[in-house]
Amino acid sequence: MSTLAVLPVIVPLAAGAISVALWKSLRAQRVIAVVATLLLVVVSLMLVREVSANGIVVMHMGGWPAPLGITFVVDLFGSMMALLASIIGAATALYSLKGIDRRRQSFLYFPLLHVLLMGVCGAFLTGDIFNLYVWFEVLLMSSFVLLALGNERAQLEGAIKYVTLNLMSSALFLTAIGILYGTFGTLDMADLSRRLAATDDRGVVTTLSMLFLVAFGIKSALFPLFFWLPASYHTPPFAVSGIFAGLLTKVGIYAIIRVFTLLFPIDQDFTRPLMLFLAAMTMLSGVLGAVSQQGFRRVLSFLIVSGIGFILLGLALGTRLALAGAVFYIVHDIIVKANLFFTAGLVERIRGTSALGETGLVSVYARAPMVTILFFVAAMSLAGIPPLSGFFAKLTLIRAGLEVEQWAVIGVALVASILTLYATTRIWSEAFWKGPERTQDEPEEIEAAPKTMVLPVAALALLTILIGLFAGPMFALADRAAGQLMDKQGYARAVLGEPGAAPAPKATGHGASGDGDSGHGAAGHEESP
Amino acid sequence: MQILIAIIIGAIFACALYMMLRRSIVKLIMGLALLGHAANLLIFSAGGLARARPALVAPGASSPPIPYADPVPQALILTAIVISFGVLAFMMVLVSRAHDAVGTDDIDEFTSTDR
Repeated sequence: MSTLAVLPVIVPLAAGAISVALWKSLRAQRVIAVVATLLLVVVSLMLVREVSANGIVVMHMGGWPAPLGITFVVDLFGSMMALLASIIGAATALYSLKGIDRRRQSFLYFPLLHVLLMGVCGAFLTGDIFNLYVWFEVLLMSSFVLLALGNERAQLEGAIKYVTLNLMSSALFLTAIGILYGTFGTLDMADLSRRLAATDDRGVVTTLSMLFLVAFGIKSALFPLFFWLPASYHTPPFAVSGIFAGLLTKVGIYAIIRVFTLLFPIDQDFTRPLMLFLAAMTMLSGVLGAVSQQGFRRVLSFLIVSGIGFILLGLALGTRLALAGAVFYIVHDIIVKANLFFTAGLVERIRGTSALGETGLVSVYARAPMVTILFFVAAMSLAGIPPLSGFFAKLTLIRAGLEVEQWAVIGVALVASILTLYATTRIWSEAFWKGPERTQDEPEEIEAAPKTMVLPVAALALLTILIGLFAGPMFALADRAAGQLMDKQGYARAVLGEPGAAPAPKATGHGASGDGDSGHGAAGHEESP
Repeated sequence: MQILIAIIIGAIFACALYMMLRRSIVKLIMGLALLGHAANLLIFSAGGLARARPALVAPGASSPPIPYADPVPQALILTAIVISFGVLAFMMVLVSRAHDAVGTDDIDEFTSTDR
């Protein structure tokens, strides 16, 4: 069933359109937001199952065969990302019911949320490089508005930085697409992958790959292009920064992984050392920034940057095990980062501020032990304490690094992990542990955090624990996704048919099973740790 | 002709970056607009520069008579122009609101979120 491939785009589109039509009724919009995002989770889950069972799903828009028309190509990695996006979307919708004030909700907050999810899912599923640009713009446009919605001074200032840097990156992306099309005459990524593999002109290919690296590097907040992120992510409401933290930088790093596995070879003498350096510096500068910050969300913003470094490390190492580690890390990182930002919102409700290091405020542990435990799970997972998800993600990456003997960058990764632990325990002691059980000028009765805000946090924390407990099956899935990513020919065959044959005989339908399980286990193929 | 277009594109990119590095926020908008134009022109020239040669396929032929300008980049530009128009309109409103909130058009004053 290849229409399944576009349903993760159709569902939020329909939900957004209906929500706009019902703009007068906030109650209807809230119901639609929760129902539609849950439906999106179901649809994405079906898509993952379909891809997992039958290989890459291909959908040719309007029946135009692959190199001519726009194609949606869903491999295991793409479908897993769409599933994660929909999970975070559902959590955000639920959290927003009480977490977003009435004024913002009445200014079309929920439709914007749907459009954002549509853009993110579209970017994960498309198989056309220009179409990828369009999805990027769709998600950026709604994220601009979500970021600025509310018109507070900090929001506007943060939004200007965010918008400017992202527009620059879009212009670079567009330029790169122009040169790519001018050189190779196609926009279909499967077709491009074949033509790029056939070309001898390494100079043009490396130049193009660097343009893409810079363009996506800005979007995914790589060193030294990340300064817009800590300047803007702490300004909007917590629900918005939660979904941004979970998804937006990950779309950028997803695009880097897609482009550098499918289109461009990672050049041994130039690109690989550069990427390793960028990964190391991103991990380190992110975590050092986190250690030196005073605001709850600013610490977390810098930790997002650090996390991107770990994911890039997996790509830069280049073995199948490393790529599996990168996939595992993205899964873990999306869930945990969104969860931490949501928790920050709960903490602010309880303490009245999200600044750290202020004395005389009530300790969260005394007031809301449940929230404290949920934060503890997410924070320890981020730091990489077993048996939580972050431990297995980092273990896979570090083992992959040791196998190819990249000692220096592995050393940096370990230092960054320890500093992450320090940064999260500092939040723990400042916000959750310190302080009296209640302050004098407060009434005894304090309203508890709303259930609709605690529930998504609890669900995401549970997911982190489950991924940790079932790390074996999760690793097997990540390993298969990595195998599929490394199998360029399988991807091209699924979209275009056999090389030399007429392009894609059927208008729609399944491609060849491009699971990539056969013979591509260059590196560690063992079962999960 | 191609060299001329290439020089023009480079000059527009340079102007765009120069404008974006100025301290005035209005010039930031101009810089972003120019940046979009430069990228669009670059895509346009990627399709080939052929004057008055419509890319129409004669009956029986499989491609238009050579040389022709590839129509696909022109379609891409159309999409990109629409997108950049929308984004620029948003950016103008944003800048206007930010100007009201901060009370100056000097970007160096927009630092309350950096600390």
